Amino acid sequence: MKKSVRKPVLAVGPFHPLQEEMEFFQLTVDGEIVTDIDVRISYNHRGIEKISESLQFDQVPFLVSRICGICSASHPLAYVQAVEEIAGVTIPDRARYVRTIIAEFERIHSHLLWAGLAGHFIGYDTVFMWAWKYREPVLDLLEEITGNRNNYGNVRVGGCREDIPDELIPKILVELDQIEKKTEMLTKAVLDDPVLHARLKGVGTLKRQDAISYAVTGPTARGSGVAIDVRADEPYAAYADLDWNVISQPEGDVFAKAVVRLLEVLEAVKIIRQALKKLPDGPVVIEVKEIPPGEGVGRAEAPRGETFHYVRSDGGNRPVRHKARAPSYVNVPSFKASCIGQHIADVTITLAAVDPCYSCTERLAVVDGNKVVFDYDALLKLSRRKTAELRKDAGVPELLKMEDL
Amino acid sequence: MNQQQLNNKLEKIKAKLLAIERPADNRIYLSCEAENSYAVNKFLFEDVPLRFVISTGIDSDDCFEILYHYAYDPTGCVVTVKAFIRDRENPAIESITPFLPAAEWIEREMHDLLGIDFKNHPNLKRLILADDWPEGVYPLRKEIKK
Repeated sequence: MKKSVRKPVLAVGPFHPLQEEMEFFQLTVDGEIVTDIDVRISYNHRGIEKISESLQFDQVPFLVSRICGICSASHPLAYVQAVEEIAGVTIPDRARYVRTIIAEFERIHSHLLWAGLAGHFIGYDTVFMWAWKYREPVLDLLEEITGNRNNYGNVRVGGCREDIPDELIPKILVELDQIEKKTEMLTKAVLDDPVLHARLKGVGTLKRQDAISYAVTGPTARGSGVAIDVRADEPYAAYADLDWNVISQPEGDVFAKAVVRLLEVLEAVKIIRQALKKLPDGPVVIEVKEIPPGEGVGRAEAPRGETFHYVRSDGGNRPVRHKARAPSYVNVPSFKASCIGQHIADVTITLAAVDPCYSCTERLAVVDGNKVVFDYDALLKLSRRKTAELRKDAGVPELLKMEDL
Repeated sequence: MNQQQLNNKLEKIKAKLLAIERPADNRIYLSCEAENSYAVNKFLFEDVPLRFVISTGIDSDDCFEILYHYAYDPTGCVVTVKAFIRDRENPAIESITPFLPAAEWIEREMHDLLGIDFKNHPNLKRLILADDWPEGVYPLRKEIKK
């Protein structure tokens, strides 16, 4: 009689050196081959949807920008679009363009971040150092515009919080040229490297049919030949006015996803250049007094895929229900299709290929022994001082103070 | 398929619906009772076909609402199905995961946070709540205050 044998399970996580966030993968293995995968998440659940029900409509964008430190433009953007749909508000033209520019800068820095990490995961640390070096000026520009390197908090219901000062535009254009040149160089180096071909082609393939049944979005879908992109399918902000392409690749392997992301950086540069050229004059925000009862849907294309927000209002000043779906929520379960049949050694980069984001941003305190050196307030002060210096050097007016809003 | 053809196609499932609302060109809301939700969702995903986005569970005053959001990318239309679960004591609805693997996590999440039983779900174990969270406490219900 055949005896049933328990298959060995390789546990990865919840804490492990590869990912900076907590997640738990259990790989069932047969020798070196992975035969099943079980993912456990939510080690960092913060109850954002519940907290949102206790905040006013105006306060929620600052909460949802903290869902994720990297996608901190996309979440508030999707949320305010949902609220603007309920209120029937049309925002000023300049605000549409400013939203587009911030969203595309976010895409550039996020894709470069991914390229660096992907290089690091496969032991190609030169790519890591290059990509992160090129990403740095993007964060500085975001800081000069919004006051923050991440968690920009730049969208409000009815428009934007900070405008892009005209004085800053020449500097942005110079930086864009640099970013474009360096990304082209990086793209060439990656696409022509025979070692990377050998390491990434045919690895972690997500077939088109699986991409559809797991309903994946973003570069994960576009790398499998499913050319969906909210920016093109349901244009928001200023995307309908600009000329750009949806990048997609049919192969579905890790290499295809890398190609999609790198080419999207170049498209993003193209979008920002046009948006700066066409940037209309006028205010960036209009006042929205009351949110009537109703429900609305807001969607935005985050670097990782479609961010979806559903908001319901009963006519009060707080949402009665607010649902937020980050793209990784549908991308991560597709590991069941892409990892099975792979070697254990290939699973690392396959997992990293969807650019999973477990939505984690934590409060920071610098501690020396038992003494707190910098607490939150001190860090905030330091950060404001640095932003003020950056803006002063660029000849740009000071940021708005919270009490002026 | 353009928006008009999509609208026509949705008419086919009308017998199972309570109402169809179109507040905007690219927003369609279909409402139905919980027992018809499986058939409506299967029709939308397999026959139209739409892309599943996510579900939202809502604790309304006299019922639970499960919203299934779909997107039709060629026209940028969002189609939302609202299924009403009238039984507040033992809320249950048929799982759509058997034909739609993308719904596995969100059904487990709504099971954790709202205490809704998804019948015939292949893997209805905890996703969001910690293993030592007490049984029968559902954080997203309205009686739980922040």
